[in-house]
Amino acid sequence: MSSEKIDVRYVAKLARIALTDEEVDRFGAQLADLLEHVNRLGELDTNAVPATAQVVESRNVEREDTVQPCLDRETVLAGAPQRQGAFFRVPRIIAEQ
Amino acid sequence: MSTEIVERSAAQIAREVNGGSLSAREAAGAALAQIDRVESRVGAFLTPLHGDARAQADLVDARVRAGERLPLAGVSLAVKDNMCLTGTRTTCGSKILERWIAPYTATAVQRLVNAGAIVVGKANMDEFAMGSSCENSALGVTRNPYDLDRVPGGSSGGSAAAVGAYEAAIALGSDTGGSIREPGAFCNLIGFKPTYGRVSRYGLIAFASSLDQIGPLTRTVEDAALVYDAIAGHDPMDSTSIDRPVEPTANGLLESLSGLKIGIVRQFDTRELGDDIDEVYDRAYHDLEALGAELHDVSLPTADYGLATYYLIAPAECSSNLARFDGVRYGLRVEAQDVQAMYEQTRAAGFGPEVKRRILIGTYALSSGYYDAYYVRAQKARTLVARDFEKAFEDVDLIACPAASSPAFAFNAKSDPYSMYMMDYYTIPMSLAGLPALSVPCGWVTPPGGTRPLPMGLQLCAPIFSEKLLLGAAHAYERATQHALKHKPQVSEV
Repeated sequence: MSSEKIDVRYVAKLARIALTDEEVDRFGAQLADLLEHVNRLGELDTNAVPATAQVVESRNVEREDTVQPCLDRETVLAGAPQRQGAFFRVPRIIAEQ
Repeated sequence: MSTEIVERSAAQIAREVNGGSLSAREAAGAALAQIDRVESRVGAFLTPLHGDARAQADLVDARVRAGERLPLAGVSLAVKDNMCLTGTRTTCGSKILERWIAPYTATAVQRLVNAGAIVVGKANMDEFAMGSSCENSALGVTRNPYDLDRVPGGSSGGSAAAVGAYEAAIALGSDTGGSIREPGAFCNLIGFKPTYGRVSRYGLIAFASSLDQIGPLTRTVEDAALVYDAIAGHDPMDSTSIDRPVEPTANGLLESLSGLKIGIVRQFDTRELGDDIDEVYDRAYHDLEALGAELHDVSLPTADYGLATYYLIAPAECSSNLARFDGVRYGLRVEAQDVQAMYEQTRAAGFGPEVKRRILIGTYALSSGYYDAYYVRAQKARTLVARDFEKAFEDVDLIACPAASSPAFAFNAKSDPYSMYMMDYYTIPMSLAGLPALSVPCGWVTPPGGTRPLPMGLQLCAPIFSEKLLLGAAHAYERATQHALKHKPQVSEV
């Protein structure tokens, strides 16, 4: 398993979290420390072992494709930080030329 | 008078309310009065619900008068604040959801309400259920009712403190790596995590979906069985909920352990925990034997890798689950020039350090180039842990071991993340394997520097779907030893 230095800024960008310089240093050190611990898993021979995603009997759940009641629009939009009419309002996504 | 009512078990309160010698209004009123009396010192609740509780109690009284018999009639209930309840704020202990009002009710909560329970408040928790002390809540401090200078355990610390301080007769918590069992142990309670999938997670705000499980925190095993019987069972709203009949447990509580084989895990050496704690567990194992159980050494060779496995899988799932908190549809938003900056700044302001840390480690473990080395390897290690249990259960009916690495510790005692993660060393393997497990009070220890005795928990664990046997055996042990009754919470001394 790898123990190379983590590029915390890059990971934070993937995770969509803005970090301060202080957080970059602190989380960087803590993540490196944690990875040291989890690297112990390298001691286990897992080559012939299947991965477990679900432990208890799990199967695909299917039902008839019928329309069922759901939360109404007003209830859903009531929790929105900003709305415009029947929509969630967000900052401009596509920039003007 | 009210103190008397709040100290009664849920089973007793329900019997009295159904029998007409006590009203749900009186029972709920007693719990609400206790909240008024001790809450400023305990801090179990983020949102007390006095008015709603009284209205609900009147409905229960009306149902009882109309001839219904309700298994939890008039029983006060604290709900961990990661479970939705229509019209109440549901915060997950996080600034990102601080003002969010739930538009629906979690199945487990609804089933308890249907059974006559009365929600007296939403309980504090580690932010998004990440933590082992309740110190990671962004919204409040909860104290251990048995020593107010110490933590109640986490992440269901508010739920545990509420029941420990008699502010509620029962509570719902959620357990991902030990978050019901460890606070249960710290607060002198039964903390019970059912088999994964037995209780619907609909309306439980997800942390690590393949591990999260709702369960009860109660003062007696009988109460835990009553809650389990009310909440267990298939729910079409949760596609991981298991569709097979549930065996009721409250009617199967045992008085002896004769004929049962109980495994003691060879790798879990309690001597490392210190002489006092070693002695508590030694005596607990001896008591199991005295009750008729046959003790066997069992081996869980990969359990020692449980912690490492968990701290890859849980953060990986959390990084995915918490992606929905982006400032668009609900919760906090920090306004910014463009949408990318809005996401980044909303999440920076809304999440606390532990949540950020786990999102980062999870994002890293799932990122291109590291996915196989970390995430997939951890999922394979999870298979090995589950196989260890399967093999052990060929020889024994139950497994016994500690519930936590220490009794409740002082605030700020665990400064680095890994020492906090070590608290869950004994509970994580069962979570990885999806097994039902509980913590039952097994003795008292006054730790170095402590001023009063603190409760310790014995963890019992069973094969999947063996809740009846697990609760039955825990009841026999509880009845014979009565450890929980040996000391009163500090808040009862006035």
